[in-house]
Amino acid sequence: MSEEQISAFQPQSTRQPMSQRSIMSRTGWLVKNHPIGFLGGVIVLFVIFTAIFAPLIATHDPAAQKSKRLLPPSAEHWMGTDELGRDVYSRIIYASRTSLYVGVLSVALAVVLGVTTGVAAGYIGGTFDNIVMRFVDILFAFPALVLAIVITGLLGPSLTNAMIAIGVVFSPRFARVARGSVLSVKNEVYLEAARVIGGKQWHIVRLYVLPNILAPLIVLATLTLSLGILAEAGLSFLGLGTQPPDPAWGLMLSQGRKFMELSPGLAIFPGLAIMVTVLAFNFLGDGLRDALDPRLKL
Amino acid sequence: MQKYILRRIILLVPTLIGMSFLIFAMVRLLPGDIVDALVGLDPTFTEEQKNVLRESFGLNDPWPIQYAKWLGGMVQGDFGTSFRSREPITEQILRALPITLELAILAIVFSIIVAIPLGVVSALRQNSQVDFWARFAGLIGLSVPSFWLATLFLLFTSLTFRWVPSVIWISPLEDPLGNLQQMFLPSLALSVQLMAVEMRMVRASMLEVLRQDYIRTAWAKGLDLNAILYRHALKNAFIPVITIIGIQLGALMGGSIIIEQIFGLPGVGWTMLQGIFNRDYPVVQVASLFLAAAFVLINLSVDLTYAYLDPRIKYS
Repeated sequence: MSEEQISAFQPQSTRQPMSQRSIMSRTGWLVKNHPIGFLGGVIVLFVIFTAIFAPLIATHDPAAQKSKRLLPPSAEHWMGTDELGRDVYSRIIYASRTSLYVGVLSVALAVVLGVTTGVAAGYIGGTFDNIVMRFVDILFAFPALVLAIVITGLLGPSLTNAMIAIGVVFSPRFARVARGSVLSVKNEVYLEAARVIGGKQWHIVRLYVLPNILAPLIVLATLTLSLGILAEAGLSFLGLGTQPPDPAWGLMLSQGRKFMELSPGLAIFPGLAIMVTVLAFNFLGDGLRDALDPRLKL
Repeated sequence: MQKYILRRIILLVPTLIGMSFLIFAMVRLLPGDIVDALVGLDPTFTEEQKNVLRESFGLNDPWPIQYAKWLGGMVQGDFGTSFRSREPITEQILRALPITLELAILAIVFSIIVAIPLGVVSALRQNSQVDFWARFAGLIGLSVPSFWLATLFLLFTSLTFRWVPSVIWISPLEDPLGNLQQMFLPSLALSVQLMAVEMRMVRASMLEVLRQDYIRTAWAKGLDLNAILYRHALKNAFIPVITIIGIQLGALMGGSIIIEQIFGLPGVGWTMLQGIFNRDYPVVQVASLFLAAAFVLINLSVDLTYAYLDPRIKYS
């Protein structure tokens, strides 16, 4: 049999794996093959931009109660005013900061807690692994919202505590994924080779283990971000997250609910903001998952 | 197989104990205690009086004793007494449970009615217009916050029909129609997200089943579409779907908290929330443990049902 007929000798694809390509080429891939993911990415960038440049985009001071209350949308107040006479549009713009702040920091906390735990458990193995994962499983066994509400409620309702609660609630997911990835590469030959030539433990972890588990973690992080933003909205809706008078979409929704018959915009706009942001992160996560799927070997 | 089931059920006990311990520890460790919350900054209360209060709540016993007392009571069916209302929590939970269950079941029923036909059609006509719009709607449904949807529903009914839902719970035993009217909007709001997940699952599962060889054989034999669907495809495609529905039922235990709050339905989630607002720690402990335990039990049942339904799975 000639070499061409033996499939093992056929190149899978001549292109580079996604993780080694440049950002430009990865973006181009997303645009062509996963337009929804690209759209998500664009909206996410837009939301980030809004949050960073909020003072430039907002038309009024979000805390100023100067205007008449419950005005409908007009040229001066693009989304009308709320029950205290504040400009709704500006509050929504500034609230994007709260959502992104909580979303990013809670995911960061979840990543730090979860990944260190998972990597340690997977790498060290044995009884340590058993005990740690037992604890992680117990945490994981709780319905997310219940745990978040209990933690926030007991710590005291505030933005920071909501962030901590959400971070803790989502860390078991990262622990599991990290541990799974570590276990799958633990026995690879190149690790043994590294040990043989004298590499220290921490060095090995950093240089070989971590880059290999990056892909699933990035996807999980993006999807957790969307859940985190949703959770923050839910917690502030219940009064357990951001406290008045700070602007937060969930809080605006719960406060505006009481007056929504007089001014429907109060119930519509904050919810719309939540939905668009969560949608964008979900789209982006979908796209990233397809892009970083190692099996595709694109 | 029997051993697997037994092992899973036995593993349930340490999990539940671990969860109860975690909740207990959280409630005790975190700042502020019930007496401070009840009394506030009232200067007329001296330290001794506060201590007497603490004694009456059993808060001065060492923690292991408090935990043992609590756990021992729970095993016997005594869930403790509410700090606020001095009412046995067992009764509160027993009153609240059917409400949460009804909400969850109605939400799932609504979601199945829409998701299953839509998913099947979407799979049969893959990549058609119907499929595209169904998938698009599914993605949107996944991202809509249920509490926003509930708010929009209420806005719509109050503006269009001049109707607001009842503020008192209407029992289905007394007034089934009134109860349905009350539960309709909240269940619908909850069901949208369920629908989106289920539809995706039904579609994916159907697509996989339809590619199987036995379906192709049936097609080649000359069976018409209906026969293929009902006799072969659907039954096999539904196994993962039932799993998802089961998991969603468990998730609804916690996920219905906000909806219960919006509509004033006194379910378990609402009870827990009120406990948190009132710093009523025994209620918080029991209600959250209850929701968590329901979640764990339902997930376990789903796992076991899945193992039972799918003959390809063999557990050693």
